[in-house]
Amino acid sequence: MKLIPLLDLEHVTMKFGGLTAVNDVSLKVYPRDLVAIIGPNGAGKTTLFNTITGIYTPTSGSVSLDQKNLKNSKSSAITELGIARTFQNIRLFKNLSVIDNIKLAKHTRIQYGFWSGIFRTKRFHQEENKIEEECLKLLALFKLDDKKDYLAKNLAYGQQRKLEMARALATEPKLLLLDEPAAGMNPTETRELTELIHLIRDQFNIAVILIEHDMKLVMGLAEKIFVLDYGNLIAEGSPAEIQNNKRVIEAYLGVEIEVNS
Amino acid sequence: MDYYLQILLIVGIFITLTLSLNLINGYCGQFSLGHAGFWGAGAYASAIYSSFYALPVSTPINMAIACLVGFLAAALCGIIIGVPCLRLKGDYLAIATLGFGEIVRIIIMNTELVGGPRGFINIPHWANIYWIYAVALVVIVFMINLKRSTYGRAIISIREDEIAAENMGVNLFRYKLFSFIVGAGIAGVAGALFAHTQQFLHPSNFNFMWSVIILVMVILGGQGSVTGSVIGAIVLTIFPEVLRFIGGHASDWRMPIYSVLLIVLMLARPQGIFGAHEFSLSKGRKS
Repeated sequence: MKLIPLLDLEHVTMKFGGLTAVNDVSLKVYPRDLVAIIGPNGAGKTTLFNTITGIYTPTSGSVSLDQKNLKNSKSSAITELGIARTFQNIRLFKNLSVIDNIKLAKHTRIQYGFWSGIFRTKRFHQEENKIEEECLKLLALFKLDDKKDYLAKNLAYGQQRKLEMARALATEPKLLLLDEPAAGMNPTETRELTELIHLIRDQFNIAVILIEHDMKLVMGLAEKIFVLDYGNLIAEGSPAEIQNNKRVIEAYLGVEIEVNS
Repeated sequence: MDYYLQILLIVGIFITLTLSLNLINGYCGQFSLGHAGFWGAGAYASAIYSSFYALPVSTPINMAIACLVGFLAAALCGIIIGVPCLRLKGDYLAIATLGFGEIVRIIIMNTELVGGPRGFINIPHWANIYWIYAVALVVIVFMINLKRSTYGRAIISIREDEIAAENMGVNLFRYKLFSFIVGAGIAGVAGALFAHTQQFLHPSNFNFMWSVIILVMVILGGQGSVTGSVIGAIVLTIFPEVLRFIGGHASDWRMPIYSVLLIVLMLARPQGIFGAHEFSLSKGRKS
């Protein structure tokens, strides 16, 4: 008997009109897991993330976090329960400073009331100082502390990706979803990223799911891999198992057809 | 002297109005074109209170009650329009709020109790310049402190990126509605002050043009900047008056000159005079 799953997807199906983007997917992720979801373009990976984070409500099936069903929970409530994510195409608050981007992510964790903020009470100052300290620590971890007053839009591309991860972590999640974190990064940055994701898992004690096309990153990082193809979960297992799985190879490279006369 | 006092009064009222629209438009990023409607609703509601239902208490207390009535009436309008319309985005919200502003004006126009198209006369003279600037100061402090708290940050994040904001745990609907209701309510207080200093209200004070002028003040000053709103309100109220005194042909061409200057300013500084920044004595600290 293993642990209780942190994230539990049961027969999740997501349809858009006649298109089935995710078809009857069941998977479990346990605390401190480091898993990857891979699959060809259009396989439904991001849609799956969107169903987990409440942007879409699944057509059928259920998503649970810590055995709590997330059906009918708003995106914002799901964040509060402990799922954070980054986006495939970066979605930072471009015109806010780096530190404000992170501070905002602390929104659901801040312990002072509205009027406390308006009248700037002692409690407000205490909480804000505490938050500021935490945010700076987080930025230091991502080597962004010297850029804290830069506007987010003025950061280099790789730094923007890092900032988005830092911001997701600032919400104090139990589960972190990374949507193509290595997209557009050079080999050095990708190597750094691998170390960083390991560091995040170990330091924050959280589970990480990543969607990624960079197979070197996935095979070196993930302990378990789920493979999606046309919305179906076609394989799951360790990197070694996945590399030798016939269905996975077919999904990526196509099927060999015998051509006889 | 009366002329200058009158301009000062109007400047103060427009500072409050511009700040209240800045909360909706600049902080939260919701494009509202019906702000004069909230202003009018507050003005007429408070005038109805002071003209027909005034309590036998001292004038300052009565004025405070009139401000509260103005706030509540406009905030109620904010709820009525906000709940269904805040699901709309950008241009669609602008059209819905524009419609609302006109509805308010037409209701006023056709209500005999408040004088209809003849205007609302004999409103008691309860407020003065001190009232107006005291309220403006309170609103300035409120807006600055809101911006520096987590609640203000949440509202501003909605302007920046709704999907990301929601993913950071910001309840979109709650904060949009909050900005809308409080922004409307503050405009209602500005209406109450307007009614009780001018002692006369007319539906045409609250038509679509005025919504646009308040919006121009917000944008010219810098969306999201409190300092910008104050400067925007001052400049755009005083400027047409200054042009009056240049004399000769310049005075005849007052409005065209004013419009051209607006165009030039928007071309030169599309982000507004202050951008999103605040005026600060300590250099280097941007809040």
